[in-house]
Amino acid sequence: MGIEQGASKRMFGYYLELAMRSMKRSPGLTALMILAIGFGVAASMTMYSVFRGLSADPIPWKSSRLFVPQIDIWGPGFREPGGEPQSGLDYIDAMALMRRHRAIRQSAIYSLSSSTMPDRATGSASPIPVRGYAVYSGFFPMLDVPFRYGGSWSEEEDARRAPVAVISDHLNRQVFGGGDNVGKTIEVGGRAYRIAGILAYWNPQPDFFADLQYRVDAPDVFLPFQYVVETRAIGNAGANCKRDADDPGTDFEALLHSDCTWISFMVELDDAAAARAYREYLDAYAVEQQKVGRFNWAPNNRLRDVPALLDHEHVIPGTARVSLLVAQGLLLVCLVNTVGLLLAKFLRRSGEIAVRRALGASRAAVCAQCLIEAGLIGLGGGILGLLLTIAGVHAVGLVMPAQLAALAGIDPGLLSSALLLAMVATLLAGAYPAHRASRVPPALKLKGQ
Amino acid sequence: MDIHPILAALKKHKSAALLIVLQIALTLAIVANAFFIIGHSIGRMSRPTGLEEDGLIRVVQQWPATPGMDDAAAIEKFDAMQRADLETLRSLPDVEDAAASTSNPILSGYEAGDISLDSGRKGKFVRAAYYYGDERMRPVFGLHLIAGRDFYASEIRHGHGLPGSPVVIVSKPVADRLFPDGHALGQTVYQDGKPARIVGIVERLQTPKRADSDWAFNSVLEPLRVDDAWAGYVVRARPGRTAEAMREIHDALFALNPMRLMPEPYAGIHSFTEIRASGYFPDRGMALLMGAICIILLGVTAAGIVGLTSFWVLQRYRQIGVRRALGARKVDILRYFQIENFLIVAGGVIVGTALALGLNAWLMAQYEMTPLPVIYVASGALALLVLGQAAALVPALRASRVPPVVATRST
Repeated sequence: MGIEQGASKRMFGYYLELAMRSMKRSPGLTALMILAIGFGVAASMTMYSVFRGLSADPIPWKSSRLFVPQIDIWGPGFREPGGEPQSGLDYIDAMALMRRHRAIRQSAIYSLSSSTMPDRATGSASPIPVRGYAVYSGFFPMLDVPFRYGGSWSEEEDARRAPVAVISDHLNRQVFGGGDNVGKTIEVGGRAYRIAGILAYWNPQPDFFADLQYRVDAPDVFLPFQYVVETRAIGNAGANCKRDADDPGTDFEALLHSDCTWISFMVELDDAAAARAYREYLDAYAVEQQKVGRFNWAPNNRLRDVPALLDHEHVIPGTARVSLLVAQGLLLVCLVNTVGLLLAKFLRRSGEIAVRRALGASRAAVCAQCLIEAGLIGLGGGILGLLLTIAGVHAVGLVMPAQLAALAGIDPGLLSSALLLAMVATLLAGAYPAHRASRVPPALKLKGQ
Repeated sequence: MDIHPILAALKKHKSAALLIVLQIALTLAIVANAFFIIGHSIGRMSRPTGLEEDGLIRVVQQWPATPGMDDAAAIEKFDAMQRADLETLRSLPDVEDAAASTSNPILSGYEAGDISLDSGRKGKFVRAAYYYGDERMRPVFGLHLIAGRDFYASEIRHGHGLPGSPVVIVSKPVADRLFPDGHALGQTVYQDGKPARIVGIVERLQTPKRADSDWAFNSVLEPLRVDDAWAGYVVRARPGRTAEAMREIHDALFALNPMRLMPEPYAGIHSFTEIRASGYFPDRGMALLMGAICIILLGVTAAGIVGLTSFWVLQRYRQIGVRRALGARKVDILRYFQIENFLIVAGGVIVGTALALGLNAWLMAQYEMTPLPVIYVASGALALLVLGQAAALVPALRASRVPPVVATRST
């Protein structure tokens, strides 16, 4: 056993030496193959890095327990393609779902944009724009939102319409210069809110609980839904209204009474039974609305968990998919190219192989030697590909919008898969040429010499 | 030249020849679609907007929220602030003129509606984007007025949520589609059901919508200063003074009233050059990316052809010598390899055309993509044929220089 191992190690060393010698004999061809593999691997790994960033689960430990209910509020004739109901809810139905409280945790959500005044010490007299969401207190534990100081406001504060706020640490630094400012007052849109909590950095991509957008900047502020809506503190900018219906535009009062959809809704359901029960509840709700004459059609509801929702809504931009596919196509062409060139390279040495075969080298030995040569080229291509992938990921911002480019990241996993991809792909590309080389008959070639 | 011997020889190198065919086919499939994406992006980016873009500056800003923004008093307050801003803008040394204007081409935020010949939208109607603004908007934009007149100052209404202006200026495509006989001026049309008289026609004005549409140049100018939390202005800088004007605008507006918001990237003070660059950034990026991939792809394929043809030349070294000894001229040898290359690449092009159409079908399902025009496949095929011939030339020339005397040697 020991001797055999030693022998095979020696053979490996010998093959390696043969491979190096062969590569040196045709440096142009070798360089060409390394370049092709390097470029092909780098292009596909760079695009994969973007795609991986965009398709990553924004809340992997919990996404299958978070659901978005959809109710067919508008009915036939106004449905999305495939008979799908609207993705958002109107105020009336969102409030009905909140009131009945059928999930462990739930929150109606809508996007806010407003402004606040900076720290007096900065000397600026101009307001700062802030962006955020109106939510219920259940939102924070439901989405495991991380707090730096303080915490969520309470359900009781929701119910009593208390003016409280949760802000980002970024806004905390802008307005107060940082530190634990829980209990202090912050003015948003001309109204004062008591700070209940300050978040650690939290910017899931996309914002799966609301608009399904990729955003560079994290949200600044979270305010109580009921307070904001019922005191008409901050309106909503973008509602979806039925075709031909009057769009309330900036008239918040009219929006609240309309069937325009503008509210996102999320519920936490901890097992399949709970999800089934909630689905039944949604249907029962629709039937009830049918009875009172609001809906004139059979229930057509949906309850998707976060991964299913992101998939259904096609959040990953088409450009990212197309770029990935085209880059993979490039890699495929590079591999086909490598198969051809390796074939040429190995068969060019038919004479030498025939001599080695005649002197007793087995087919397996010839095959192994060829594969080692392919592996070395793969290694070279892999190292080049790895370096080019690093450069590529840094350069993604030149060709893709910042909010998408920001999600492309380099990590050891990506780099080792670039190397592995190059090695495996080149070995696969080398398999057929190596097989062909091992078929070179010894006797015939000796005759020719 | 008879191609039979070439085909017979190729049969001996079946796998290598098939590999090149496959490589050419895949390359064509990708290159044709990539060319199409590039062509589409460049086409979108190079459309003239109809504006005189050089020296045009857009200001988009928001007044901090105040409760009860929809009542009459608030509207008058917003209007007073807007008029004060406009007066300030017009007084700046590097500013030629300024106008109230809610949007402009490529900015993406817009309102749109239907313009029809009857109030019930039963007959002919066209989709169009609405540009709200005052009587200076048309000249500040630098739009070419081909018929009629500008709005009178007295025609400018102000307020909020006031659909249906009594008078409008339309872009030529709107006029032409509603009145093919060319008598649009002075006619009454219906704007979402409300009557409006066409008092002017501008030659060209792109809509703010960025995505492709079949109404990209259907625009209507509306004499309305919109008074709500958002206020937008267009400013024409003095020639060559755009950067200075932008600085002056920023300082003057914040000095006049610091209580204003300009949340980037949508709002703020931007030259039209910046708006164009950021609006078309994704198109430009996609074109660059596809261009880079095409260059690598064509380079790899050309190199592959050089490599394999060189190998074949080397393998047939002796046969070439024999042919030369039997009377073949250098040019015959050269032509042999060129024709062989042509046959292989042509095979790849045929398979590749099918692959290109298949890939296009997939892209149409995944991505905003239209059917691939034949011209892109044809130009890709031509590029590959030329590339193949060029790549085969070096090894083929080497083959043609094989001296007849090698026939007498044993390798």
